[in-house]
Amino acid sequence: MKAWAAQHARCFAATFVRLARTPLGSLFNILVIGIALSLPVGLYVLIDNLQAASGHLAAEPQISAFLALDASRAEIALIETRLKQNARVQRYRFVPRDQALQELKQSSGLADVIDNLPQNPLPDAFIVSARDNTPQALESLREEIAQWPRVVHAQLDAAWARRLDATLRFGRALVLILGGLLAVALIAVTFNTIRLQVLTQREEVEVVKLIGATDAFIRRPFLYYGALQGAAGGVVAWLIVTGAVWLVNRNLGELSHVYASLFQLRQLTPLDSAVLLALPLALGWFGAWLSVGRHLRVIEP
Amino acid sequence: MISLSHVSKRYPGGREALHDVGFNIDSGELAFITGHSGAGKTTLLKLLVAIERPTAGSIIVNGQNVGSLQARAVPFLRRKFGLIFQDHKLLFDRSVFDNVALPLDIAGYGAKDAGRRVRAALDKVGLLKYEKALPITLSGGEQQRLCIARAIVHRPSILLADEPTGNLDADYANDIGELFRSFNQVGVTVIVATHDQALLARLNPRVIALRNGAMAQAS
Repeated sequence: MKAWAAQHARCFAATFVRLARTPLGSLFNILVIGIALSLPVGLYVLIDNLQAASGHLAAEPQISAFLALDASRAEIALIETRLKQNARVQRYRFVPRDQALQELKQSSGLADVIDNLPQNPLPDAFIVSARDNTPQALESLREEIAQWPRVVHAQLDAAWARRLDATLRFGRALVLILGGLLAVALIAVTFNTIRLQVLTQREEVEVVKLIGATDAFIRRPFLYYGALQGAAGGVVAWLIVTGAVWLVNRNLGELSHVYASLFQLRQLTPLDSAVLLALPLALGWFGAWLSVGRHLRVIEP
Repeated sequence: MISLSHVSKRYPGGREALHDVGFNIDSGELAFITGHSGAGKTTLLKLLVAIERPTAGSIIVNGQNVGSLQARAVPFLRRKFGLIFQDHKLLFDRSVFDNVALPLDIAGYGAKDAGRRVRAALDKVGLLKYEKALPITLSGGEQQRLCIARAIVHRPSILLADEPTGNLDADYANDIGELFRSFNQVGVTVIVATHDQALLARLNPRVIALRNGAMAQAS
């Protein structure tokens, strides 16, 4: 057991030496892998952040009915009755214009501007949820409400949120496709690197086969090499993404200071980082395994 | 220990390298396989370590039928042998020490034990002072002795040498011959394929002569 561990340790050390012996070639291979990996990972971080930012927005569609600025209490009560009696309305909420202004003041960071307004420009509004959330039903309910007296404008609120949601779903699909393609590319790059190595070390492979090396022994340094190269590519990708997020956050920091709100991109979590290291490692190992199995069979003393 | 009966080897393409060869070699014997080039000496050695498989007949080494050995078992068969090649087959990208350590590395020896054995083997062939050198800096005779050190470092019970003195002048060849004699004296079975008559006269071994792939005589 101890000898076995020592054998592996020796092999690992020898692999490092082999990587270092051709520093430029290894470096470029690792850079190619790292840059390629950083694309889907960067996209993933971006989408993850967008999702987090939009997470508190209700995906359930709502209709906002804005009333005329000079709508009286009685007129408002009339609209409320209509909503109460409408079978297609599930629930509704009244937002008085003063409350709306307060909310805007708190959430937008435009407090200074709002305080300087001569009068409240916002109308009273009803926020309406429909029983049937299909686009057609929502649209016809919106049209109905829009025609009521004193309703100036009726708007489907969640349309943009749903659009964002769909875009994020598309983005996630894109990450998966891109990630899948680049995983195949990583396997291919490793396959080729290992093929060249096996061919240049043909003599060595022949000699060790002659003096009783098992296939596992011969395969091991190549597998280590593939795994190490993949993992190094993962580290490069991690550095690129982390560096990019840091850079963006630094600039965002200034921007959000100006706008008096704080928005920062989330960095890769420890779990993300572990996956980013382990996945290319496994893929590199797999590519090397494919390559070495195929090319060792050809070399017989 | 080694037993061949009715062994034939026909290469793809039709040339028959060996035809109905049979002999026994006992443990501790010193045997030479002789014959002119093309007589089948090298093919015979290749059959013994399963580099080639016989087309007919059986080859028994230590009770194992080499001809029908599974590919998985071949490395372990080869570890019973020490192989010495005419062209040395050294690895020129690593030191003398590391070349000799290779069989021990393969067999999974610990570093301390391996170091001791490597130095003992290098000492035996007179190369201990070159342990850190690269093989390319050694002379032809020294490279052959390095190859021998690598062959004996894991203490195999059988030593197989293919034309070990083929490229060496007489003095070096004598050194090599003495090494073989000393291994044989401590009980190692030594099998040498050669057409070196001087070496033959010096060691006076048992001779298995081949002529055109068949047994010429057995003594």
